[in-house]
Amino acid sequence: MPSKRIIPCLDVKDGRVVKGTNFINLREAGSAVELARRYYKEGADELVFLDITATLEKRKALLQLVEEVAKVIRIPFTVGGGISDTEDIDLLLKAGADKVSLNTAIVNNPYLISDSAKAFGSQAIVAAIDVKTTGIKTEVFIKGGRENTGIDAFEWCLKTVELGAGELLITSMDKDGTKDGYDLEFLRKVKSSVSVPIIASGGAGTLRHFLDAFQTSNVDACLAASLFHFKEMKISDLKNYLKENNVDVRI
Amino acid sequence: MIAVINYGAGNTASVANALEELKADFKIVKTEDQICRADKIILPGVGHAAAAMKNLHILNLFNLLRILKRPLLGICLGMQLLCENSSEGDVACLGVLPGGTNEFDSKKNTVPHMGWTKINILQNSDLFDGIANNESFYFAHSFYVPLNKFTIADAQHGVKFSAAVVKNNFYGVQFHPEKSGTAGLQILNNFIEKC
Repeated sequence: MPSKRIIPCLDVKDGRVVKGTNFINLREAGSAVELARRYYKEGADELVFLDITATLEKRKALLQLVEEVAKVIRIPFTVGGGISDTEDIDLLLKAGADKVSLNTAIVNNPYLISDSAKAFGSQAIVAAIDVKTTGIKTEVFIKGGRENTGIDAFEWCLKTVELGAGELLITSMDKDGTKDGYDLEFLRKVKSSVSVPIIASGGAGTLRHFLDAFQTSNVDACLAASLFHFKEMKISDLKNYLKENNVDVRI
Repeated sequence: MIAVINYGAGNTASVANALEELKADFKIVKTEDQICRADKIILPGVGHAAAAMKNLHILNLFNLLRILKRPLLGICLGMQLLCENSSEGDVACLGVLPGGTNEFDSKKNTVPHMGWTKINILQNSDLFDGIANNESFYFAHSFYVPLNKFTIADAQHGVKFSAAVVKNNFYGVQFHPEKSGTAGLQILNNFIEKC
């Protein structure tokens, strides 16, 4: 059995790391390559880069960033943001990314999941699902959280796995940036219904929140951004705390 | 010189980055001729076994790799391709190792097996010089090579499977040494310097 993973997430705009609250109010947190190097040294198990600029002319800049990151870290990393077809995926994987995360594109074309899983293997394809509760429904949002698709979030999680996604990155938009804890209930429901690994995202604020996600929701990995960027929490402290509480982590 | 085979089924960039960090003399290659001139060969691999074997055939490397006398290190899918066949796409592979690959049971386990898992060293090998038993390495795979008489380290994910194999000059690791931090670099360095 693999250890539970801690994954710092770097939202990248023009090569710099930024972080907002509830998907807005961006704050700058430094150079992506430097931060990646720091997290690698500090014991992160994996990294996620989400390119939030993702316009056509920025694609080349992202590829260059992926190449630079791949040169300095010896842990796996996922890249997402604005990926629309298998050609984009091919370029990112060749540049050194281990996995890509797909969000808006797979809602528009679900078969991109099966096509890319066939071409690159399921282990390289992460379905990134932004989830928000509106009234009594929990729905999938796309385009960086700006557009409600009206698709039921739980059903969509099952569908992406059925099509060949090798991992789910589930972000609770209600929780994102609040430091109020992960969406334990939704994560647990998905985890107990699918066979692929689940990465929890959105809401981490305290050590206890990570423990809850691992113990209550049984997720495989926890992702956080600003907590680590602004040194509010050290990865080593977090891992020691988890280990003391009987969670298997890589120290 | 180390030849890293680029057959369109591997993350050669990551292996190349790790070898650069180790200051190794290496080339990314895809022809028989280039492989014949190498002292050691690395066969990386991610993706689908049947697609990978097809690419090896297209490059006309199938026979050469089978009869190679120089040290070869298969990584992840590259190790699985050393088997007789793979149940991933039901394809005949290089036939260096006996038997085929199996798929993890997704009813019992999280599949793919993805993340850092401890390996249990069963037999000393130059490949493991300076590596502590129960060291963690990064894995990302849905198919595995069952334990066989050439298994030198195992790992557990619902079942025990081969984490590393060695048969004569053929070495294989199921994990990604190029993505497994300093311990992974040590394995690559051992292959380059000692195997």
